[in-house]
Order: sequence, then C-alpha cells, then structure tokens
Amino acid sequence: MARLKTGTRLKSAVCNTQVMVVSAPDADVELTCGGQPMIDAAASPPPGATVSPDAAKGTTLGKRYVNADGKLELLCIKPGEGSLAVGGQALVLKEAKPLPSSD
Amino acid sequence: MNLMMLLEMAVSGFGDRVAVRCGDEALRYEQLFAAAGAAAGEIAAAGCENVALLDVNSLAVPVALFGSAWAGRPFVPLNYRLTDYELESLAERIAPSLLVAAPERADALRKLPGAKVVTRDEFLGRASGGASRDADWPMDPDAIAVLLFTSGTTGAPKAAVIRHKHLVSYVFGSLEFGGAGEDEAALVSVPPYHIAGMAAIASSIYAGRRMVQLASFAPEAWIETARRERITHAFVVPTMLGRIVDVLEGAPAFGLPTLRALSYGGGKMPLPVIERAMQLLPGTDFTNAYGLTETSSTIAVLGPEDHRAAAASDDPALRRRLTSVGRPLPSVEVAIRDADGKPLGPGRSGEVCVRGEQVSGEYLGRGSLVDAEGWFPTRDAGFVDDAGYLFLEGRIDDVIVRGGENMSPGEIEEVLHAHEAVADCAVVGIPDQEWGEAVAAAIVLRPGRSATVAELQQWVRERLRSSRTPQRIVFRDELPYNETGKLLRRRVKAELASEAG
Repeated sequence: MARLKTGTRLKSAVCNTQVMVVSAPDADVELTCGGQPMIDAAASPPPGATVSPDAAKGTTLGKRYVNADGKLELLCIKPGEGSLAVGGQALVLKEAKPLPSSD
Repeated sequence: MNLMMLLEMAVSGFGDRVAVRCGDEALRYEQLFAAAGAAAGEIAAAGCENVALLDVNSLAVPVALFGSAWAGRPFVPLNYRLTDYELESLAERIAPSLLVAAPERADALRKLPGAKVVTRDEFLGRASGGASRDADWPMDPDAIAVLLFTSGTTGAPKAAVIRHKHLVSYVFGSLEFGGAGEDEAALVSVPPYHIAGMAAIASSIYAGRRMVQLASFAPEAWIETARRERITHAFVVPTMLGRIVDVLEGAPAFGLPTLRALSYGGGKMPLPVIERAMQLLPGTDFTNAYGLTETSSTIAVLGPEDHRAAAASDDPALRRRLTSVGRPLPSVEVAIRDADGKPLGPGRSGEVCVRGEQVSGEYLGRGSLVDAEGWFPTRDAGFVDDAGYLFLEGRIDDVIVRGGENMSPGEIEEVLHAHEAVADCAVVGIPDQEWGEAVAAAIVLRPGRSATVAELQQWVRERLRSSRTPQRIVFRDELPYNETGKLLRRRVKAELASEAG
C-alpha cells in the first residue's frame, strides 16, 4: 500500500510495463501489474515473480487507464504483458475525446 | 516527469518515422532522441545553468529543447530581433549559459556576458552521431523546462517560467499519444521564442505528426512549403493568416488541397481575415486557439464546427461566435471575476482567470501570480456567454474608463473594422479633463478608399452608445506591431495622447 504522487513513474515487477501517474486519489492504494505490486522505475524487480494468468491482458503504449471512480489515472509509457489493477479491481481503458488540433 | 518522456514514447511507438524536417535535412524520432542525448552531454560539459538559442527555426531547436530537458537545464529561446544592447541584459540574467547562435550572429554574440557561444552547425554536428546514452534525465516535475522572455508590450521583458509539469500536462490534456496518421505533417512557422513554437514541438512529437519547419515566416514560402510538403496541419498568428490570404487571393487556382486543419491564435483575429480565409479554403478546418505564454499555450478552442455554424448562420448571436475564442479545454477551468475577485455570471465582463495543471503564471525572480485556489489572473478582459463561449475584450490595462463607464477598445475596433474603407484600426483612451479618459482612434484606410472623421464618428454612433464614439480620430499609413503580430497599443496611446494637446 502506498500513496501515489502525480508525475511519478512506476514499473511492473513482472513485465515491461511502465506507467506515469496522471492523477491519484488522496489515499493509500495497492497498485498492481500482472498481479504483483508495481515498483519505482529505478528499483530492481524481485526475483522469480511472473505475470499472473488472470492479470495478463497487457498494456498499450500511450493509453490511459482509470479506476471505477476515475480518481486514479495512469498513462502507459512502456507496454507489457501484465494488466493493471488497483485493490484487486482491474483498471479500464479511458475513452479518448478528440479535440481540434490547436498547434 | 520530464519532456523527454514524450520523445521516449514516440521512439517506442514510431521511432523510424520522420520527426522533423527543415529544408533538405530531417531527423527521425530515434535520431532526434540520440541527438538529444549527445546534446545533453555537451550541455553538461559546458558548465552552464541555462541553454539559450538565438536563431530562426532549424533542427537545432528541437535538439536543444530536448537536450536541455535531458541535461536538466532550462531552455531559453531568445528573440533574434533584439538588439545587441537588449541581449546583453538578458544574457546577464541567464548566465552562465550555453548559447546556440545563428552563424551570422555568433561573432557579435561572443561579447555577451557569461555566454559560451556555439553556432547552430557546430551544435548539430556534435549532437549527431553521438553514442547512445542511458535514459538518465531527471524526473523532477517542478524543474524548469523553458524560460520565455515575454514580448514586453507592457514594460521590461519578464521571463515566464514553464516547468516540465506544465508543458507535459498541456500535451496530456489536449492530445492522444500517436493520434496522427502517418501522412500528417505540421508546418511550424512561428519563431522558437514564441510559446506556440515550443508547444508545437511537444505536441507534434507526442501525436507522431511530422514537423516541417520554416526558418522564418514569409507568406510565399509558407504556401510553397505547404504545397510541396503536403502539409495537413498548421498554426499561424493572425498577421500571418492575413498575409497568406492576400497572396492566395492573387493566385487562387492552386489553393492548399492537403491542408486539413489551420489553427490560429496569439492575438485578435480580424473578422474579415477569417471570413476570407474560410471562403478561400473551404476544405480546411479552422480552430481558434486562445492561450498565453504563462498557461503553456492553448487553454480554450473554437473548433471547426463552431466556425462553420457561425459563418453559415443569419442569427447575429450565433454569427458573433466567430469572434469568440471558444470553450475551455476539458483540463482547464475558466472563470470571469470582477475587480474584487468575485466570480461573475454569463454575459458579465471582467478578468479572465484560469486554473489547470498546465497553468504556470510565474515569472523568474517575481514568484507566482497563481492564488491559493490555483487561479491565474490573465489580465485579459472578457466574458462568457450563456453557452459557455469565451469572448475577449482586450487587456484589462487597455480598458478605457470614460466618466466612470468601462469601455473595451475591442468592441469599438470591431465596429470600425466593419467600415468598408477601414483596413486597420486601434482604439485607445487618452487623458481628458472632463471625462478622465476620452476615446481616440488611429485608422489605416484601404488603398484607394476614403472616409472622413465625421463619417467614421457617425458610423460608430449609429452602432454603439454615443459615449463610445471616438472623440478624436487620426489617419495613419500603418499601425505599430511587434514581429508576432501584437499591436503595440502603448505606443499608439502615447502618440495620440501627445498629439491631443
């Protein structure tokens, strides 16, 4: 369990996924990827852990993932095989609303 | 959080596509990434605190921007129209600096205090072919990404502070990663020292849209490049669009068939210019983008549908939207406040205030103007209509106060612009013994047209309240603008005030 900070970069302990925290709830959360807690981008992954089969839908580069109340939003900056979840609830792809090009 | 993250993602997503082209030279995303890494090494070795650039657009601009981000130094693009004397005081404020310079200026710039000068070609030469480097850029979101000296239409230049979190938030809030098709190309013709120039780089990289740089703007070169490079997207300031339209009208046979989207901002767009542009380019989507340096560029947009609906409508209220700057981005809030900071409802004029992750509102050495609730007062006057469209009425400091009545120069200028003999105009307040301030106007007539002072006064009186009729009207051959098309209103005001006597 940890409090997430906007702008922080995290990586999966079990696949290539890396995310940046776009927005975070004001509470401690358990963020996982591939079924294992995500770790700081600079940390070394624990040995031996693998992607859990029930959390293996994968992440897509450049997509945003949100929880049910929309308070947690992550941006995938490196894709991987694991899928993202918070407190055991899978995060879902955020719908993109296209804006007119302004620059 | 670091701007480099945008480029890193682009490399993973589409590293072999062309990122930027200038003339005959181009860099793919992976090459730009490698060049940024090598430039970061040069920057770190130079022992500088800031990386400045005094040059027109070239490949060196994105390389220096990302190289600075990688090295954890602020990037400071300087206005190449400044005199050596003006540059000296700016150089002192950012010393010690590494200064990437236009070749023809390099020798003169070596005299600047605390600046280590390297020419554009030397800089690019050292950055290309460098060994690949680990992604070791700092991730502090509060580090400064860009320092921009504001144009100084209202006093001595101030350095607006744009942090990594501001520019990255702007990109995240307004774009989808890799959203551009492989055939899309953006023409970048605003100078590097303009916030739109910096935003264009960050946005194009993240969207995966090939950038085509124009060294500096000229309407013929812009049109020629747009046709040759099959440009699909572009951003221009209003003066640029006016000059493009003039040239296109002289040679209408070709048009700009590949241009899908043309956005404009950075100053008030005269209604006749946008109307002519829409007629000349019926296949192009127009977007008005309102933003400030201090807000990391765009905060509100009037989109293509709004343009078409307004242009096609007979309803004056709808038609008027063509003069609006549209609605706020979803990631930005806009509020109108009175002089005491109290929020005002629809239709009431006050100060435009904005809140959002991309809003900096900060100047170097002067602290932040953002209040405790996160609101930044823009000093722009305006109102929001019932449907949420934002209308601007000029700078707060330009509001004319005549006998206790507040008047916006923009409203009077709009009416004068609609007169068939008026090519350009500026309305300002001048000192008046009876009323405190009086309304005065400087007018540029269209070639071959004429209008008398009395006729123009009558024209305004018939359309606005009589208090808004200019008491004094003078005719000029041209009005003073800065190089990115901002009217130098203070100069007009000073001239008219001194002549009023």
